[in-house]
Amino acid sequence: MKKIVKKHPLAIRWFHWINFPVLGVMIWSGLLIYWANDVYKVGFGDKTLVKFFPQSFYDIFHIPFRLAEGMAYHFVFMWLFFFNGILYVLYTIFSGEWRYLLPNKRSWREAWLVLLHDLHIRKTKPPQDKYNAAQRIAYSAIIIMGIGSILTGLGIYKPIQLGWLIAIFGGYKMTRIIHFALTIGYVLFFLIHIIQVIFAGWNNFRAMVTGFEVVKIKEEPLPLEPSPMPIAVEVSATPISVETSDAEDGRKQNDEDSVEVPESQ
Amino acid sequence: MIMANFVSNLFRSNKKLTVDEFIVKKTIVSFFFLFVFFGACIWSWKWIRHQPVDPGIRGGVQRPLRNVLNTNEAIFSKILSNHHLAKTYPASEVVKNVRPNGNIGMGNDFDPANWKMYVIKKSGDTLTLTLDDLKKLPKTDIIFNFKCIEGWNQVTRWAGVRFSDFIKAYGLNEEASMKYLGLMTPDEAYYVGIDMASALHPQTILCYELNGQPLPIKEGFPLRLIIPVKYGIKHLKRIGTMYFANNRPPDYWAERGYDYYSGL
Repeated sequence: MKKIVKKHPLAIRWFHWINFPVLGVMIWSGLLIYWANDVYKVGFGDKTLVKFFPQSFYDIFHIPFRLAEGMAYHFVFMWLFFFNGILYVLYTIFSGEWRYLLPNKRSWREAWLVLLHDLHIRKTKPPQDKYNAAQRIAYSAIIIMGIGSILTGLGIYKPIQLGWLIAIFGGYKMTRIIHFALTIGYVLFFLIHIIQVIFAGWNNFRAMVTGFEVVKIKEEPLPLEPSPMPIAVEVSATPISVETSDAEDGRKQNDEDSVEVPESQ
Repeated sequence: MIMANFVSNLFRSNKKLTVDEFIVKKTIVSFFFLFVFFGACIWSWKWIRHQPVDPGIRGGVQRPLRNVLNTNEAIFSKILSNHHLAKTYPASEVVKNVRPNGNIGMGNDFDPANWKMYVIKKSGDTLTLTLDDLKKLPKTDIIFNFKCIEGWNQVTRWAGVRFSDFIKAYGLNEEASMKYLGLMTPDEAYYVGIDMASALHPQTILCYELNGQPLPIKEGFPLRLIIPVKYGIKHLKRIGTMYFANNRPPDYWAERGYDYYSGL
């Protein structure tokens, strides 16, 4: 027996999928800008561990000599990134979705268990709400990173008119470094995100597109007491009934999968 | 047959579907919209990239992008204020090696000894000035963080005549009430346009000294613009002609796709 469980509201799915290409354009145009003065590297003493970026990287992505183009795209798409981000945050606050998103007291300890579980060190599954503890921390961090990108970006854009902003981040140079580092952060987030989505499987991925997850439940009456997962109480808002010429009772016995989904309201 | 039945069922209202049918229908519809969205993204992207890039004042970049850059100017030029000054630094923070960048308009067929600045007034008359004329006016010294559009910056020390002092001293108030200041090198190979509010900013100077010494040739001897509220591309070296306009004067780098305003 299957049950349809609402997971992601339509608005959040849109914010998510709009952010994907917009952030892509921001990172790409940011690279075109960064190339013009590519001084960042990670190392100690005279030893360079990572240089941002090797020539081969620039060549593959056709980065060189496109500063003007990069700036133009960056200062156009910044508006989309900003408004999409602002609307997402406002929606999360006013819809109450923040309850599933923000880390709580248990999250810090549980995130550790999630990590151990995902690395196959620990067998027991950590509690999985709509988001598990590690997801709560990661998705909240990404919002803070987004705010950081917008503020540092604004500071770099208008370092004199918004001199106070530059001062908060420790000067012009430091503001640029933070802005760059946050971008590296997005790329790392993206890589882990993709891997986790692949491991989590189709049902989880589909939920980000359709909004619902399909949960298999035993052929028993649905629990009357509230589910421990608050999000799971609410099943499909549209009452779904089966249209069949058979008698209701007969159908229920014959067809295991096509079972009437009870209404929550 | 079963398949056809199944598909035709999907067109019914959700209320009449089985759970399986509902899942399939909702999945198909949602993914359809996702693909339409990605299609729209790709289409918009191609549309932007195929828009005309007209050379000239508005040009150098696709028109929709230029329009947004101009809108950004309209928004962010509102926060430009004479009270927002570029941060100044103590002499101890000045870099030793000042980085010259760009030599367009700095050709060798130039005789520094016979240099004059030509100021084209609103009436059409030309005011001809020597370096000594400018040195008679009050001198303004500034140590600030010079910012190149490429992304690097240097704390450097410059001195010269504050542009607004120059305007007052030569009675160019009518000219200063126009919207733009235009500057050109003597060979007219490099040229910039600057909105008047930025030109009149108290830290904008007609500069003839670097670190207390006459400007080196590479840094624009005898006279250059120092305008801390703009990126380096606007700090024209070796000023030949100064003029005023209500429409945007041609700007070398704006014609090559950079933001005309380039304000900081």
